[in-house]
Amino acid sequence: MWGRCTAGQRGARKGNKPRQSLHANCRRVVTTNSRPAFLMAPALAWLIGLMVVPCGLVLALAFFQRGIYGGVDYTFTLENFAKVFDPLYAGIFLRSARIAGTATLIAVVIGYAAAYAIASCRRSLQPVLLFFAVLPFWSNYLIRTYAWIVLLNREGLVTQVLRWFGYTGEPPSMLYTEGAVIAGLVYNYLPFVILACYAPLSRLNPELAEASRDLGGSAVTTFRRIILPLTLPGIAAGAVFVFVLSIGNFVTPALLGGGRFQMIGNLVYDQFLTANDWPFGAALAAVLIAIMMLLLLVQGYAADRASTRTAQAREEA
Amino acid sequence: MSRDVLEIEGVSKKFGPLTAVDDVSLSIRENEFFALLGPSGCGKTTLLRMLAGFETPTRGRILLDGADVSRTPPNRRPVNLMFQSYALFPHMSVRANISYGLEMEGRPGSEIRSRVDEMLVTTQLGGLADRKPDQLSGGQKQRVALARALIKRPRVLLLDEPLGALDKKLRGDMQIELKRLQHEVGITFIVVTHDQEEALVMADRMAVLKDGRLLQCDTPHTVYEHPADAFVAGFIGVMNFAEGSVSGQGVKARDGSLITGSLPDEIANDAAAIAAVRPERIVLFPADDIANRTSGRVVALAYHGLDLQLHVKTPLADKPFLIRVTADTADRRPLAVGDTVDLGWSAADTRIFRH
Ligand SMILES: Nc1ncnc2c1ncn2[C@@H]1O[C@H](COP(=O)(O)OP(=O)(O)O)[C@@H](O)[C@H]1O
Ligand SMILES: [Mg+2]
Repeated sequence: MWGRCTAGQRGARKGNKPRQSLHANCRRVVTTNSRPAFLMAPALAWLIGLMVVPCGLVLALAFFQRGIYGGVDYTFTLENFAKVFDPLYAGIFLRSARIAGTATLIAVVIGYAAAYAIASCRRSLQPVLLFFAVLPFWSNYLIRTYAWIVLLNREGLVTQVLRWFGYTGEPPSMLYTEGAVIAGLVYNYLPFVILACYAPLSRLNPELAEASRDLGGSAVTTFRRIILPLTLPGIAAGAVFVFVLSIGNFVTPALLGGGRFQMIGNLVYDQFLTANDWPFGAALAAVLIAIMMLLLLVQGYAADRASTRTAQAREEA
Repeated sequence: MSRDVLEIEGVSKKFGPLTAVDDVSLSIRENEFFALLGPSGCGKTTLLRMLAGFETPTRGRILLDGADVSRTPPNRRPVNLMFQSYALFPHMSVRANISYGLEMEGRPGSEIRSRVDEMLVTTQLGGLADRKPDQLSGGQKQRVALARALIKRPRVLLLDEPLGALDKKLRGDMQIELKRLQHEVGITFIVVTHDQEEALVMADRMAVLKDGRLLQCDTPHTVYEHPADAFVAGFIGVMNFAEGSVSGQGVKARDGSLITGSLPDEIANDAAAIAAVRPERIVLFPADDIANRTSGRVVALAYHGLDLQLHVKTPLADKPFLIRVTADTADRRPLAVGDTVDLGWSAADTRIFRH
């Protein structure tokens, strides 16, 4: 979506002197742009009212000082941004990135394997399996997260199962650890990865893998050289999604990490609601949003380039 | 004749209740251009996939150079398959596609490069090495798929409808091209096709399949001139049929006339039979010594440049007989729709099948 828009604008700007390689996709977007503008008004209003304006406000807030008794003192300063890079807070950013990264890696491995298994089943069975894989997603995020507390707490299900198998020692401490947070994040965002990976896997012509086998490739080589590269866009889309949603998450670390555990989302929450330092909270949020936007843009750009390449290739042929 | 490179012994393949290939036995000779011919859905692809190793036979054995390979995985068989869809790797250039098979063999880079260059020349893909499959026309894709399989120097190259996706004119050229290439590389080719003309043009020998069963396996000439049964007779080229029953030296047609010809072995008198004759074997206004004769009314005329095709309604069958008259003959005796003509053919040109 992102990529399409950029491609369209690129095409429109160069309208007077079009490049030879300008592909059909761009032209279609350009013609769409010339439709009556009022058709786009509701979407535009939504985007401006609920995205651009709030983000602008947050960004603006970040450049003011904190009032002495909380509140905001409207004097310009860059101090808030300097504070973001203070080792204490930068450390929280890094830890958030590490946790989100680990969760992403695990979610991609499990999600890809699940999508691969579903895509290898009979065609008629696939929608059903997909439905069940995504089913937890339809229940409330909080409930899903609380379920992990039931599982992981000291006398929870996991401990009980261990007991049932004859374990008598101290109950393992699993809840309120980094591992619990990662498990919660992976569990919550896994459906995204499954859906994102399933799309290219199910579209893959099975004869490509057979051709590789026929030419002497082992099953492993065939996966590495043919299947993986051709489904990489799905993996990338799923990964960026999980990472972006995880790095800014504050519910899962609050519930499964316990109070003593902070990710960037919790820090922002605290600045606004506990420490009453709105400008610093806004600066943290602005940096976080910038990181997310950058990742989405890079992924969108890469996906767009991939589709542009094939479209151009078709035109040249 | 040269020895057999591939032996198919009583091979069957079932998919649940459906028998896709039914007890097929064939021997393919070294350096042969062999065609597997049959209507769509008769099990050609399934048979080819068993030879390539993508399906295992439910019954029977496949021997390659005398060794049983029925259960050998595809990457361990010195056999390559050119897919009906070509199945070119879309993320790789033409060169990378062709190199792939040699890389899998662990050949050194220099050898791969020189062999790929050589193959690009052989298949006339010289200027296209850096293109992606998306940037190729149908004919070029077909040649890349061929090059990718050929470079492995397989004992047998399997081609599934290799010309199926090409337009008619290009097909004609490629039929000759495939034969030239096969001769040049000296590899056994098994080509699957549903186009009988293609099989006749290209093959040294051909097998005709129907509903998974082998009906006939022989040279195109023999299959055309001496079809094993009425189905093969009608499937290969054009054939005129007249139903009747066996009577003495031939078939008594429904109008009571006798169509003479050699009978199948051990066929009983009065048994139901079909007499058949090729359009080009029928003559108009036959001389007195011609054994089989009838007359009919011209119901349609089709001019084909090289020849004139007459559709003549006879008392022998419901379907009008098709007769081919050379342009020369047609000029000497002009004919029009509605004319009554005498026609006939000799006993040696009659084929008689069980019904
Ligand atoms: N994997 C499969 N599972 C079930 N049925 C199949 C499978 N492959 C082929 N068939 C069936 O076997 C029969 C022969 O198919 P195929 O070998 O593709 O025919 P052809 O190539 O001669 O057109 C068809 O009826 C087809 O539907
Ligand atoms: Mg087929």
